[in-house]
Amino acid sequence: MAAPVDYVLHLADNALVLGQRNAEWCGHGPVLEEDLALANNSLDLIGQARLLYQHAASLINADPAEAQRFAHLQGARQNGQIAEDTLAYFRDTAEFRNHTLMELPHHGPLVGYAVSERDYAVTIARNFLVSALMVLVWDSLQASKDAQLAAIAAKSLKEVRYHLRHASDWLVRFGDGTDESQRRAQAALDHLLPYCEAFWQPSPAEQAAAADGSGVDVRTLRDHWNALINDTLAEATLTRHDQPHAGYVAQGHVGVHSEHLGFLLAEMQSLARAHPTAVW
Amino acid sequence: MDAATHASLQAVTEALAHLADPEIPVISLRELGILRDVREGADGVPEVVITPTYSGCPAMGQIEDDIHAALSAAGLPGRVITQLSPAWTTDWMSEAAREKLRAYGIAPPQCGSHADTPAGVVKFSRHAVRHTAVPCPQCGSNNTTETSPFGSTACKALFKCLDCLEPFDYFKPY
Repeated sequence: MAAPVDYVLHLADNALVLGQRNAEWCGHGPVLEEDLALANNSLDLIGQARLLYQHAASLINADPAEAQRFAHLQGARQNGQIAEDTLAYFRDTAEFRNHTLMELPHHGPLVGYAVSERDYAVTIARNFLVSALMVLVWDSLQASKDAQLAAIAAKSLKEVRYHLRHASDWLVRFGDGTDESQRRAQAALDHLLPYCEAFWQPSPAEQAAAADGSGVDVRTLRDHWNALINDTLAEATLTRHDQPHAGYVAQGHVGVHSEHLGFLLAEMQSLARAHPTAVW
Repeated sequence: MDAATHASLQAVTEALAHLADPEIPVISLRELGILRDVREGADGVPEVVITPTYSGCPAMGQIEDDIHAALSAAGLPGRVITQLSPAWTTDWMSEAAREKLRAYGIAPPQCGSHADTPAGVVKFSRHAVRHTAVPCPQCGSNNTTETSPFGSTACKALFKCLDCLEPFDYFKPY
């Protein structure tokens, strides 16, 4: 049984957008080891995104109604069919279904898109919050009724375990480090944690996938996520200020994004769109 | 399977036997567990089944090209199938392969994955992984420390030996 296309795209877009964001550190890491670590992290995420887009493309091509829904996408069609590149490079901002958290710059809330200064505490805090969720999501999706999604989940789980370990280690070093690193880690958490509220408000696609057994009801993972987060934050001597949550809930996963995604996609997609028939 | 089919699959297997991982040339694709199977396709054409190590492993394209090149050099038909499940694990690495890694200067994976989870995956534990001793491939000392959990390729971490002071790669359990 196949998962809903939009659910697969949600998972794929999460991985691709965070992978692209983290790749901004390539050649700019605070130390060589972290430059390598973030490049590895991106490689894993983009690899996961590729597997998911390939799966989504095969589901779209196999279903005339879905093929019609994506018929407006131009370029990177292989033999007239939707391919992984079509989905990654030829959809526009409003068609992406990633969480807003994934697309935010490596910086605090008051930032223009053109900022060249990046705050590694934001990078680490986001990777920590996201990989704690994805460890749980992929673990559950190993039992997906969509066999291909279950296979992708089993691979991805192994990778995000390392991402979570890496981000947790650094968050503890930052939080339990100097006054400066503590202040910046706390500021990064205070900035990012409210975006996590969107995890627990599943989109129609996530709900449909949970209902038919191809997906997971993320709300059932919330207590476990809280436990993972709270355990590490306690070790890092950092504080959660996000509960109870009373504010706007980010809507990236239903296609309403921050101003940052457009710039990220423009940079990522421009080459493919300038040369839509290119093969590499 | 008739004798002719068996012989043709055997020929494919032999043609691929020397193929090595592009990034770890001392270990064959078969020993690493990337080359999963050689079987007869529904149309009678031999199928070479490979599985990626990490999702984003950039060597997969090269490996597929290497297989096509080896088959074509041997004048054999065949196609390459990529299969994800069951997910590749370092548990499939033979003892001989581990020894070759060690001799090459890469510490082989230490702890295996558990069979009690659906994909044979170790449950997440930040502390358990850290406390596994990784012997130095140069001098054998257990007095080593992790420099970074991510190294020169997706499958390796960076370590250094506190006795002989050499840095080394560690093939991560996966």
